[in-house]
Amino acid sequence: MRDLRVNKKAVAASAAIMAFLPGAANAAVDGETAFIFNSFSFLLNGALVMWMAAGFAMLEAGLVRKKNTATICLKNIALYSVAALTFYLVGYNLMYMDVTGFIGSFSPFWTADDADALKGVFADGGYSASSDWFFQMVFVATAASIVSGAVAERIKLWPFLAFVLILTAVIYPIQGSWVWGGGWLAEMGFSDYAGSTLVHSVGGWAALTGAVILGPRKGKYSKDGRVQPIPGANLPLATLGTFILWLGWFGFNGGSVLALGSAEAVIEMANVFANTNMAAVGGVLAAMATTQILYKKVDLTMALNGAIAGLVSITAEPADPSIGMAIIIGAVGGILVVFAVPFFDKLKIDDVVGAISAHLVAGIWGTLAVVLTDADATLAVQVTGIVSIGAFVIVTSTAVWLALKYTVGIRASEEDEVNGLDKAELGLEAYPEFGPSS
Amino acid sequence: MKLVMAIIKPFKLDDVRDALTAIGIDGLTATEVKGFGRQKGHTEIYRGAEYAISFLPKIKIELAVKSDMAEQVVETIMTTAKTGQIGDGKIFVYDLNNVVRIRTGETDADAL
Repeated sequence: MRDLRVNKKAVAASAAIMAFLPGAANAAVDGETAFIFNSFSFLLNGALVMWMAAGFAMLEAGLVRKKNTATICLKNIALYSVAALTFYLVGYNLMYMDVTGFIGSFSPFWTADDADALKGVFADGGYSASSDWFFQMVFVATAASIVSGAVAERIKLWPFLAFVLILTAVIYPIQGSWVWGGGWLAEMGFSDYAGSTLVHSVGGWAALTGAVILGPRKGKYSKDGRVQPIPGANLPLATLGTFILWLGWFGFNGGSVLALGSAEAVIEMANVFANTNMAAVGGVLAAMATTQILYKKVDLTMALNGAIAGLVSITAEPADPSIGMAIIIGAVGGILVVFAVPFFDKLKIDDVVGAISAHLVAGIWGTLAVVLTDADATLAVQVTGIVSIGAFVIVTSTAVWLALKYTVGIRASEEDEVNGLDKAELGLEAYPEFGPSS
Repeated sequence: MKLVMAIIKPFKLDDVRDALTAIGIDGLTATEVKGFGRQKGHTEIYRGAEYAISFLPKIKIELAVKSDMAEQVVETIMTTAKTGQIGDGKIFVYDLNNVVRIRTGETDADAL
């Protein structure tokens, strides 16, 4: 379970009511009822987060070229499966079991332990073990999804999945243990409610090192170094993907209340839903206005990135801000993404879907923005968390990418890249009846 | 016999077909094509970077006619496909040597 000290304010409040107001009209529900509602929240919100995998798949399928569509779809359903498997094999226990400060337990094969509940003994804020495992598992899949969009259209399938395996089995759980496992950053007071840093920046850092080591797609830069845009094949699909992510985010942030067994928890979850929605709204409108001013036209793909950036920005603290503040936090994310995309392009870092801009840049901003509304958070501690997790992921992911590069190789051959990975890796096309792929 | 080939704006295809049918033409072939002329291309912005659209979408129509019809066909295409804006297209007229209708084996004027 995530550390109570970090973001279980609602549960603490409900426990207080249980202790001091047993006869009051709004008396807390009994332990079993709370257990049921808490588990229900993990399951339903977790299912919403699982659906974000569909959002990433559609967003990425829309922003790649036609010739790589089937491959990106396959990578998305495969990475979700790899992430789930590794979180069962080692990930969950590394992140949450007996965390000693820097790492949990290397105990393979997670198993559910509901012995107390089955005997009728319910801890405050209790929930069924598998509901928690499921909810935490879908988060690691999200981190892996972020990587696939950035390295799309040129990475080989199996080396990519090998990277995902290490990311989800080792890299993500170890840094996760530092905060949600109750490790050293949690002790220090680092605050990251649903994972602006722990999930989105981690995916973003891994995407960044991958995109740098892999190099840009053929044709992305002209001989004199100018950026040559490679428009996506299907913007309606990209839009659908963004809406799916937006929907899934209510589970991502809402479920991170980690409880539904008291009025306080329900109120907090409702506030989180409202703030999450309005941050995305701020991100969309700010990105639209920024592209209109800068380029005299609105760029749909930037508006989509703006929605994601707004959502990532509010993820570090979706409970405390007022609605107005949530809009501003999201809007700043939306503006940042519009400047970050051409910035990374100029650095010759070819990020097909803008994942680094939307998840890493907005993730850093969102983690810093916690200090605006959470009196307990300090800038120094937030920066410490961002930098230490960033350094850890940069070093470990770079090592894994390089190891793969110099053993099995990570980049598709030039011929395969020109012909499209669908034909090279899958031997089929996403749209075989719509003429030759470009 | 003449083969009239014209490059026109895509949204004018139905107007041109109707006008040609009205003067007795009962067959043409239309193809989606891309090209550039005096209109050149234009630039668009995608995710903060400019890129050139060098080839614009057009429709190519081809129809075989008796020589005495050619002038009227050209005139009809010109008046119906014209918007007055740059990029309206061009009409080309070729001499046509042989025509065969595959189903019956009829040739030349009988096959038109």
